[in-house]
Amino acid sequence: MDGADDTRSFPGARPPDRTGPVDAGGLRLAVNEWGEPDAPVLALVHGGFDFSRTFDVFAPMLADGGWRVVAWDARGHGDSEHAHFYSWPADVRDHFCAISALADEPIVLLGHSKGGGQLLDLLDARPGLARAFVNLDGLPSQFSAPDINDRERRRMRRADLSAALDRRRRRNELRRRPDTIEGLAERRAPMNPRLSREWLEYLVTVGARRDDEGWRWKIDPVLHLGGFGPWRPQWSMEHLAALDLPFLGVLSGVQDDPMGWKSRRDDVAPYLPPGGRLEYFDDIGHFLHIEQPRFIADLVLEFLEPLR
Amino acid sequence: MSRRVEHVTNGRLRLAVHVLAEGEGVPLLLLHGLGDRTGAERPAWSAAWPGPVLGLDFTGHGSSDRPVGGGYTPENLMADVDAVLAVHGPVCIVGRGLGAWVALLIAGARPQLVHGVVLADGTGLAGGGPEPPSPHVTSFDGPAEDRPDPYALLELARDVRPPDYAVDFVRFAVEESEREAPIVVSARIRPPWLEAVADAVGVVDLPLEEAVAHLARTAT
Repeated sequence: MDGADDTRSFPGARPPDRTGPVDAGGLRLAVNEWGEPDAPVLALVHGGFDFSRTFDVFAPMLADGGWRVVAWDARGHGDSEHAHFYSWPADVRDHFCAISALADEPIVLLGHSKGGGQLLDLLDARPGLARAFVNLDGLPSQFSAPDINDRERRRMRRADLSAALDRRRRRNELRRRPDTIEGLAERRAPMNPRLSREWLEYLVTVGARRDDEGWRWKIDPVLHLGGFGPWRPQWSMEHLAALDLPFLGVLSGVQDDPMGWKSRRDDVAPYLPPGGRLEYFDDIGHFLHIEQPRFIADLVLEFLEPLR
Repeated sequence: MSRRVEHVTNGRLRLAVHVLAEGEGVPLLLLHGLGDRTGAERPAWSAAWPGPVLGLDFTGHGSSDRPVGGGYTPENLMADVDAVLAVHGPVCIVGRGLGAWVALLIAGARPQLVHGVVLADGTGLAGGGPEPPSPHVTSFDGPAEDRPDPYALLELARDVRPPDYAVDFVRFAVEESEREAPIVVSARIRPPWLEAVADAVGVVDLPLEEAVAHLARTAT
């Protein structure tokens, strides 16, 4: 790998103005900030298998709109410490720790995908943390594919179980596979088929690290897509109905985006809190803020203008 | 006489496996309840078991290591038991309370290695119930050596245990097991998940001592 070009740029991408750690129950989370330190706080929570530097284009747009934009890497993701255990409630608690360390007053929260779903749960437990909430395609409505019958689904989950345990047994040996920048971008492309190769290569340079064998994603190798456990989408959606603060939900209507949550307007509308606003775009994929950063940033800034 | 303690590893953590009775053949593995640890001696109700008797201290409990930052789920604790299976091979399990729920999960996930399970009364049997309890998010700053880990006490008292989810694991275990009635319910207290398990096809209902004797006959 000697001599390989290890930098990439992307139009509008800006590294954070400040970085630092925050303690979450003994775990070190990596925090990135954009914008003026004394501007009102807008915290961004990324989704599964993402990391805070995936906001490198979106966050500066919000910061230039007058906000101190703060984002942290979830445990095991980006530059945050790897943990022994990973769970949805642990992520929610980590967000609580990060937000509590940021401000004594309620702040504005924005979550994408899993990050948005986790903020729904956090705000049900700690409503005083936020004064407004923006959710980007993190409103669940589908439990399983409707064309898979009961027995097949059980078989699939049984296979998931043993595969997950096998993976845990090999945990100490697991390492992310090394590759070139182009190779890692190529391997991520199936998760992000609507995002440009230029963007994915840029992501490698901020979300992977280089060693003698090449580039490896920083994410803990024990983490993998899928998983199992008791969960029902309505458990989170009931939390949406309980919100009592300005709320903006933005849904992607692209139904074949592999990472998409695929909720439709009619799935979500019955749970909207009083005064809540819902936007639905059938031509923007799950990564709305990466695919159309200017459009989504303007939408968020317009929604937040009365709060600035 | 002090008993022998073995250790198995789950990732970077070391877990204590107490050898409560030495012997040959398939071990009987005991899984304790929430906040508890392996008892000092072999329980009297295990007298019918002819082989070795082992007791695992779950992560964050007893003499086992405690992770940083919590994140406990029963599904994660399955890997504790799987670490024992990796070393000892096939076992039968008696789980009490939380240990009963984890025993059911691992019986479904590793039916070839878990020849039979007894689900018994103990602490943490109900978990958080069949639907999520009222939300509660907090963090702890206590000493890192505290056992049981306060995060374990918080998180494993609140995990959701839907009856239909439990029955999926019964089906996994029963469909793939070569043994007769590999799941025995002996608990007298039956939260919704355990009621559903007790009603499922292939599950039998016996008092604890008889349940151990049943496994000794059918699953060793």
